[in-house]
Amino acid sequence: MEILNALVLLANFVLIPAISYGSQLALGALGITLIYGILRFSHFAHGDVMAFGTMLVILVTWALQSAGVSIDPLPTALLALPIGIIGTAILLLGTDRVVYRFYRKVRAAPIVVVMASLGVMFVVNGLVRFVIGPNDQNFADGARFLFTVREFRNYTGLDEGLGIRYSQMITVAITALVVAALFWFLNRTRTGKSMRAYSDNEDLALLSGINPERVVTVTWLVVAVLVTVAGTLYGLDKSFKPFTYFQLLLPMFAAAILGGLGNPLGALAGAFVIALSEVGVTYAFRKFFQYLLPESLEPNSLMQLLSTDYKFAVSFVLLVLVLLFRPTGLFKGQSV
Amino acid sequence: MKKLLLTTALVGFAGTAYADDVPLGIIFGFTGPLESITPAMAQSAEMAVAEVNASGLFSLGTVTTVRGDDGCIDSGLAVATAERLVTSDRVVGIVGADCSGVTGAILQNVARPNGVVMISPSATSPALSTAEDDGLFFRTAPSDARQGQVVADILVDRGVSTIAITYTNNDYGAGLADSIQAAFTAAGGTVTMVASHEDGKADYSAEVGALSAAGGEVLVVAGYVDQGGRGIIRSSLDLGAFDTFELVDGMIGDSLLEAMGDELEGTFGQLPGADNPGTGMFQDLATAAGFDGSSAFAPESYDAAALMLLAMAAANSTASADYKDHVMDVANAPGEQIYPGQLAHALEIIAAGGDVDYVGASAVELIGSGESAGNYRELEVQNGAFETVRFR
Repeated sequence: MEILNALVLLANFVLIPAISYGSQLALGALGITLIYGILRFSHFAHGDVMAFGTMLVILVTWALQSAGVSIDPLPTALLALPIGIIGTAILLLGTDRVVYRFYRKVRAAPIVVVMASLGVMFVVNGLVRFVIGPNDQNFADGARFLFTVREFRNYTGLDEGLGIRYSQMITVAITALVVAALFWFLNRTRTGKSMRAYSDNEDLALLSGINPERVVTVTWLVVAVLVTVAGTLYGLDKSFKPFTYFQLLLPMFAAAILGGLGNPLGALAGAFVIALSEVGVTYAFRKFFQYLLPESLEPNSLMQLLSTDYKFAVSFVLLVLVLLFRPTGLFKGQSV
Repeated sequence: MKKLLLTTALVGFAGTAYADDVPLGIIFGFTGPLESITPAMAQSAEMAVAEVNASGLFSLGTVTTVRGDDGCIDSGLAVATAERLVTSDRVVGIVGADCSGVTGAILQNVARPNGVVMISPSATSPALSTAEDDGLFFRTAPSDARQGQVVADILVDRGVSTIAITYTNNDYGAGLADSIQAAFTAAGGTVTMVASHEDGKADYSAEVGALSAAGGEVLVVAGYVDQGGRGIIRSSLDLGAFDTFELVDGMIGDSLLEAMGDELEGTFGQLPGADNPGTGMFQDLATAAGFDGSSAFAPESYDAAALMLLAMAAANSTASADYKDHVMDVANAPGEQIYPGQLAHALEIIAAGGDVDYVGASAVELIGSGESAGNYRELEVQNGAFETVRFR
C-alpha cells in the first residue's frame, strides 16, 4: 500500500506531467533538428510559426464550434488540424521562397540565415498578434479529465491520487503516431531517403540526381505538420498565448541540441530528458520518502535537490555539460 | 538659440491651435505580462483627459496624450520609451508606469533627471514608498505592504492556518510575497513554502509539485493573471494539488474564470477598491465609452490622469516643479468631494479659488510620500464570477 502510494504520487506529480510536456517538446525539437540537418540553419522562427499554426487551428475550431460540429469527448481542434497544417505549410513555403531561397542560392554563411530567420520570427510574431491578439485564447472543448485525482482516490482507496486528462492521452498518442510516421517516412520512402542523403552530404546527393528544391519543399511540409501538431497539442493541454509559444523556443532548442542536432531520434530523447529533469530534479521528494521509509528515517526537510527557481538552470546545465563533453549531442548529431 | 528659433518657426507653421498643447505621457505595458489589462487602463486615463478637454475649463491648453510601451518587465524598453516621451514629445507628466520594476527604473533614470511628475495607477511594490523621488512620484494604488496585511486578515478570518505562497519572480511578486509571509506569520499562521515562478514558461508542474509536497490549505498566488499565475493554477487543479487559491490583485481577471470554468468556485482574493459611489459612476462612464470599467486598475488609471490635470489647474502651470506640490492638495480633504464625471465641476471650483477633495473612481486618499491609503475589496468566486463580499 505504502509503495503504491509512493508510486502514484510520483506518477501524478513527476512522470505524467513530464511525459506529456516531453511529447510536446519532442514534436517541436524534431522540426528544429530536421531543419538544421537538411537546410543547415537554426530556425529561430520555430516558436512563432508554432503559434501561427495553432492560431489557424483555433480560428477553424471556433468556426466548427459555432457550426455545431463536435466529436465529444475529443476536442474539436483535432478536426481543424489539417487546415492549420495546410496554412502553416503555405506560410513556411512562402518564407522559404521570399527569404531563405536567396541565401541558399548565394550559399550564405549559416549565421546569416539564422539572422534572417530571426527577422522572420519577428514578422510572424507580429502577424499572429495582429490576427488573434496577444491574449490567452481558449479553444479546448470536449471532456477534460479521463479521471480526476479525487475520482481515482475514491475508486482505489489510496491516500494519493492520480489524474489523467484527455489532452495528455491525446498528446502522447498523437506524438507516438507522428513520430512513427516520420521515422517510417525518413527510413523507408524514396523521398525520405533522399532527404537523409541530402542531409549527410549535399554535394554527393546533388551528383546522384537528387533535386534539392524538392527536398527543401518536402522538409518544410514535414515541419509544417510537426509544428502545427505540437502547437495545437500544447494549446489544448495548457493554453494558447503567443508570448508563451515564443518562449517555448528555448527548451525546444535545448532538447534538439542535447539529443544531437540533425538527429531525429536524439531530438526525441533530448525532449524527454529536458522535461523529466525540469520536473524531477526540482520535485520535493519528502512525501515520497515518507511512504517508503520507516517512520524513524522519515525526512524532515522537503528533500528537494534544487529549488524550483533553478528549474531552467537544470536544462541549461545539462546543455553545457553535453556541449563540453559530447559536442555532437547524446546521439550522434552534427556538432554546433 | 538656433534651436529655439527653429522650434518657434515650427510652431508658427503648425498654427496656433497647437501652440498651447499640453502633452501627457501614458506609459503602460502594452506588451508583456499585463498586456490584456493595459488597454482598458490607457482608455481610462484618456477618458479623464477627454473629459477635461470637453469641459473647456482647462485654461492651460488642450491636453493631448501620447502612449508609450514599457513592456511591464522590460526596464530597458521602459526607460527608452520614457526618455522619448519626455525629450521628444515633451510630455509635462507621466501617467504610469504599470509594473513596479519599470516604474522604479523610469523614476530614477528619466523622471528625476528631467524633473517630470509620475503618477502610477498600479505599481504597488513597497520599495517605491521609500525610493528617492524628489517629490515627483505618486501612486493611486496602495503599497503591497498593505495588501500583505489584508491577505493575512482574509486568511485568518476564513480560518486558514497553513498556506503555501508562490510569486512571480520580479519586484512586484517578491515584495508582495514577503509582506504576505510577514503578516500571516505575525498573525499566527504557518507558511509551508515560498516558491517563485517565472512568467511565460511552458510548464509549471515542477513548481506545483514542490508546493504540493510542502502542503498547505490554501495556495496564495502572487502573480499575473495572464502569465505564470494562471499556469500555476491550471497545473494545481489538474494535479489535484490545491483546490482553493488566494489571488492577489494582479491575479484578478475574468480571463482566469473563462479559462478555468467552475473549478475555481470558492477561491478568493482582493483588489484595491472601496465602498465608493465613484466606482459605479466610473463604470457607467466606461461602458458609455465602450470599454470595461471593472478591468483591474482601470479606475486607478482614470484617477491618476485626473489628479495630474487637476493639480496642474490648481498650480495654474504645466511645469512639474510647480504642480507636484498640488497633487496631495487636490487628492485629500479639505474641499468638495469630486467623483468621476465631475472633473468640469472640479475645474470650476479651482478656477474660483476653492478647494477640491478628489475621491474619484478608487476613493483616492494619498498618504505618506504620496501613495493610496489602501482600501481593498475582498472577492470570492461565486457561480462563476468574482463577487465582492466585503470591504477592508
